[in-house]
Amino acid sequence: MANTTTSLAPARATKEPEAGALVARGRKRRYTLLTRQDKILIALMVGVPLALDLILIWGPTLASVVLSFTNWQGIGAVTGKNFVGFKNYQFLFTGYTLFWPAFTHNLIWLAWLTFVATPLGMFFAVLLDRDMRGTRIYQSVFFLPVVLSLVVVGFIWELQYAPTDGFINNAFGLVKSGRLIDWLGNPHINLFAILVAASWRHVGYIMILYLAGLKSVDPSLREAARVDGATEVQTFFRVVLPVMAPINVIIVVVTAIEALRAFDIAFIINQGKNGLELLSILITNNSISEASLVGFGSAIAVILLLISLVPIVAFLSRVMRTLA
Amino acid sequence: MGDSREAKRVRNRLALPYAGAELPMNLDLSRRDILKIAGYGSLAAFIAACGGGGTSNNTGITATGGSMSLGSYNTDPNSKKGTDAIVSAFTAANGGTKVKVNTVDHGTFQNQISSYLQGTPEDAFTWFSGHRMRFFADKGLATPIDDVWDAVKSNYTEGFAASIKGNDGKAYAVPTDYYPWAVFYRKDVWSQHGYQVPTTWDALKALAAQMKKDGLIPIAFADKDGWPAQGTFDIINLRLNGYDFHTELLTGKQKWTDARVTAVYKKWSEITQYYSPAFAGLTWEQGADQLLRKQAGMYLLGLFVSDEFKASGSQADLDQLDFFPFPDLGTQYDAEKALDAPIDVFMLTSKSPTLKNDLGQAKAFLEFMAKGSTQVLYWQNAPGSIPTANDADTSTYPALTKKAVQIVSSAKRITQYFDRDSRPDFSGPNGMQGFLLKFLANPKQDTTSLQGQMQSYWDSLPPE
Repeated sequence: MANTTTSLAPARATKEPEAGALVARGRKRRYTLLTRQDKILIALMVGVPLALDLILIWGPTLASVVLSFTNWQGIGAVTGKNFVGFKNYQFLFTGYTLFWPAFTHNLIWLAWLTFVATPLGMFFAVLLDRDMRGTRIYQSVFFLPVVLSLVVVGFIWELQYAPTDGFINNAFGLVKSGRLIDWLGNPHINLFAILVAASWRHVGYIMILYLAGLKSVDPSLREAARVDGATEVQTFFRVVLPVMAPINVIIVVVTAIEALRAFDIAFIINQGKNGLELLSILITNNSISEASLVGFGSAIAVILLLISLVPIVAFLSRVMRTLA
Repeated sequence: MGDSREAKRVRNRLALPYAGAELPMNLDLSRRDILKIAGYGSLAAFIAACGGGGTSNNTGITATGGSMSLGSYNTDPNSKKGTDAIVSAFTAANGGTKVKVNTVDHGTFQNQISSYLQGTPEDAFTWFSGHRMRFFADKGLATPIDDVWDAVKSNYTEGFAASIKGNDGKAYAVPTDYYPWAVFYRKDVWSQHGYQVPTTWDALKALAAQMKKDGLIPIAFADKDGWPAQGTFDIINLRLNGYDFHTELLTGKQKWTDARVTAVYKKWSEITQYYSPAFAGLTWEQGADQLLRKQAGMYLLGLFVSDEFKASGSQADLDQLDFFPFPDLGTQYDAEKALDAPIDVFMLTSKSPTLKNDLGQAKAFLEFMAKGSTQVLYWQNAPGSIPTANDADTSTYPALTKKAVQIVSSAKRITQYFDRDSRPDFSGPNGMQGFLLKFLANPKQDTTSLQGQMQSYWDSLPPE
């Protein structure tokens, strides 16, 4: 995402000085359309974002790839002794019992957001788009969680889910009857418990994005559809949805990114263990914790990067195609 | 130090010779040796702790006035209050030295310790003794404080002296408090039901079964945070397989696939049916709450559980709190009376940008921390932390603290707790914390494959 914006901006910027130069000097010198000043300006405008991009994004990325072949522990310099070849990857895929669970949890997260939370957000948006009474109140209510950081969302839901003094178990009388449901500690259900928490925020986010898109749909299209005898459902799927294509792409990308960067809530609940393992948390626990297995953590990060490349490339190729 | 009356009093007492009780070995101590010494030393050490001794005198390595900074993980309201009390007392005693305290959430502080110490840390910081101290000392991220230690060591017993030595034999920390792990209970609940302290494993199980009948949660257990379960592993392993095997296992010299480890899990599985329901979702505070509210009968935890009782605001509740050492398991190792008694310390960083300027003040602060009067100040706020200095005024100790001192001094072997005796990556959330939760999710399982996972995880870790 960041790449596209940084590389697009200079591309557009170059056109303007070019045009100016054409008018001023174009006829005198065929081959250099740009003044020296223009060239410096262009070099700066392309160079600075490029340098920032290299330093802030590609530098650390490459460093992670290099570190993933070491057993560096984050203290002192990386020396030749630290390089261990593919050992980290080998252990990751064969011996590390948390990798595949974490990978699966990320996939479940993605599936949940894609098939439950995102459609629900779109559904709310469509409902609220019809000028029903109190639509602004509903909008505010659903949007409210979005302004909270996921860490805060995690805290809030931890209070709801806590087995003995949490709201849910008490509200349903489970504490009194002694049949506690361990929402946070049971590895079979705690992932879904926090997915509900994550959706609480995600639904509002998608809703507001989609609502903005819906507002921009030309009302005459719907009117035409109605005149032609289309039902509400037909109008939405055959007319509105195709018109919303750009927003749909954004929503798909947002959903994929949210699923890949899932971290905060699970980390707040129990530092991502006991059923809440996620790739991002494995990276953190291995490389940033007191343990500082930076090399091994980097190997997991490289895998996550490779996985992330799939939606990113898909998105970019689509954007490039529409631009071309 | 600032107070001259103090200095005079001290000089009169300094006649007490200490040198005779030095450690037999000075250099080339392996980690295990040090742990051993810490264990051996404890008996004499803690008994001597009751006797009092000399304190430090002014050695000229310290400075008054000026300023210094402290990175603190004491975030619980009580321990934060205790830290604040210490800091203002130090400022008053040390010619107005300004202390900038940076308090960071306990868990965060631990997780980020590596980058913290390598970045721009404060001059002094709160930390743990044992393997976790030696690790950073080895990496050159802590400043040796032999001069401070020489000035204050007469105020400490050998057990503590061994606990703050790095692998290079230098002193790196000042021990400020410790606390034992034991089985806690409420006296009023027990006398109401007529329960007796169990001294054997069978008695413990019988008692738990009786408590269940009486409608109590027999053993409060809360392991959402992963580390509390390690205390139970420690004590069962110590009783079943002994101190030597335990420390060797935690430092990789024994295998996790060993049949002796299997025995620990098997033994453990006999009491898990008595644990709190939904324990994997409970924090230790919520577990303490079950004990406090008379819902649970027993709770194996550190003395810091009393902080939770104090936080409830009811002195009557705190007065009801009592404990007993974990029962014998009928092995030769029962005689060791081993237990976890972690020691908290204050250390100096090495990368602090201000340390060069503040070194005198920072050392003065560590010296100040080595005084009994300072430590008592902290203990008054956080009763779960027992002062380590010989000259701490023990006369105000309530029965609970006195008993805690006694149980530690009668132990022939002392460990620092799983996550302080082993490497942090192994004991962390994606290591043993997770493995033990997996075990507890189904305690009756065949643990062979789980033990295999533990061993292969250990084998995957890079050399330290």
